[in-house]
Amino acid sequence: MSDVVISVRELTKRFGDFTAVDRISFDVHRGEIFGFLGANGAGKTTAMRMLCGLSYPTSGSGTVAGFDVMREGEKIKRHIGYMSQRFSLYNDLTVWENMHLFAGIYGLTKRETEVRAVELLTRLNFSQERNTLVGSLPLGWKQKLSFAIATIHRPEVVFLDEPTGGVDPVTRRQFWEMIYEATEGGTTIFVTTHYMDEAEYCSRVSIMVDGEVRALDTPAHLKQQFGAESMDEVFRTLARGAQRGE
Amino acid sequence: MNAIEIHNLSKSYGKHKALDDISFDVRQGELFGLIGPDGAGKTTLFRLLTTLLRPSAGSATVDGHDIVKEYRAIRSCVGYMPGRFSLYGDLSVEENLNFFAAMFGVTVAESYDLIAPIYSQIEPFRKRRAGKLSGGMKQKLALSCALIHRPKVLLLDEPTTGVDAVSRSEFWDMLAGLKEHGITILVSTPYMDEASRCERIALCNEGRILGIDTPTNIVKAFDKRLYGVSARNMYSLLDRMRHTKGVVDCYPFGERHHMVVDEECDIEHLKMECTDIESFNIVSAEPTIEDMFIKLMKR
Repeated sequence: MSDVVISVRELTKRFGDFTAVDRISFDVHRGEIFGFLGANGAGKTTAMRMLCGLSYPTSGSGTVAGFDVMREGEKIKRHIGYMSQRFSLYNDLTVWENMHLFAGIYGLTKRETEVRAVELLTRLNFSQERNTLVGSLPLGWKQKLSFAIATIHRPEVVFLDEPTGGVDPVTRRQFWEMIYEATEGGTTIFVTTHYMDEAEYCSRVSIMVDGEVRALDTPAHLKQQFGAESMDEVFRTLARGAQRGE
Repeated sequence: MNAIEIHNLSKSYGKHKALDDISFDVRQGELFGLIGPDGAGKTTLFRLLTTLLRPSAGSATVDGHDIVKEYRAIRSCVGYMPGRFSLYGDLSVEENLNFFAAMFGVTVAESYDLIAPIYSQIEPFRKRRAGKLSGGMKQKLALSCALIHRPKVLLLDEPTTGVDAVSRSEFWDMLAGLKEHGITILVSTPYMDEASRCERIALCNEGRILGIDTPTNIVKAFDKRLYGVSARNMYSLLDRMRHTKGVVDCYPFGERHHMVVDEECDIEHLKMECTDIESFNIVSAEPTIEDMFIKLMKR
């Protein structure tokens, strides 16, 4: 297996004469936590949709989890994990039912599902809760479960779209601890967030402005480069120069 | 008289206590922040203060008016910006503004000086439908509409949620400008880093208030020593530090984990014990609002 999990070159998306994403290029390595930042309207969502196989680029090239972003959107979708604050699990289904539902969507066989579900329940220490309705679980548990289910088909890379919005500081930290644990095991994390302090958890961070990637480095190097105290300052310096609105 | 006075206020939905016996005051002209995650009770409190809900117990006044008995008086003296965009998407920018002015029996011209610094930024788009505006522009229009009748008290429920860091910062600058007009502002946010933009804050969680003070005093009350630690392997570092003598708590905090130690902890000795950890690094760290929030939550 290659060490590069996401690799894109000159990736571009145009809608009519509007260039939403303008020739972005970067690599994401195995086990990395890659932060994908940008102001509202910078083209972040459009870029993310292309990387998740939900939309085909207008031009450029690249691979995600070994599949071609120009042609193999369906395969990409099956081989990545996705978790967002807005859409996660079904509250009216039990823990076990949620696991089975998502395993089914990802095309796991019945036997694979059984094995994997038991494995996840054990790892999460959730065996007692297997028949509990997800809606009645505390927020921190829901998040853990949500992330575990996003990895039920053992994806190489998990996309986290604003994963911790509105969550209390203690639960947020439990979440990051879980992310650290996953990357330890070789899972790659691609994360978008509006919390600039969260960018500091990432191995590397890219910042999009007006459809382009304007900065890409470790948080420490970025702060040094911009003579800034925090990632918030780095972000604001870059995003203030934005020409286009949302 | 304080602009807002809250006494032992509670609101329950069935068995669930959304607000559990809270009390505090907001002074005239103060910029007061409610800082807390989803489920803290922030929206419930706003709905009580705007008389959209009735309390289960306790009482409160806004600009001297009781929130149950004098709801009519309150509705004309507060400006309210709910968390969800609640203007008319099919009306244009200026139609929305005129509509709200008409509802309160005022004209846009009468209040123009107050809203000008905010409204002038979206005025070039006054013919555009509100539903077609960007997030940052919707926010500015909503604030303009909430101010159109020159309210004494402005209630803003998570105005900066989901908005990028630049627009958030601009929004806080606008609030600071409004303070100059003597308007009392109660604003909620889940972003801890926005606490420093308020004069006083209440940290809230699960219907209760964990602490109330100026942002500076809240941080000052963090009475334990705090360090930032990092190593090549951040995940195993957490476990290692949590099992080190003298360490009270250790949690992820961006590039470095934050480590809280007790009085007896000898840092030089701790460093010696950690020489086997690859790329181990320790620096003393300044506590933040978030460290305090974590401490209060775990208490």
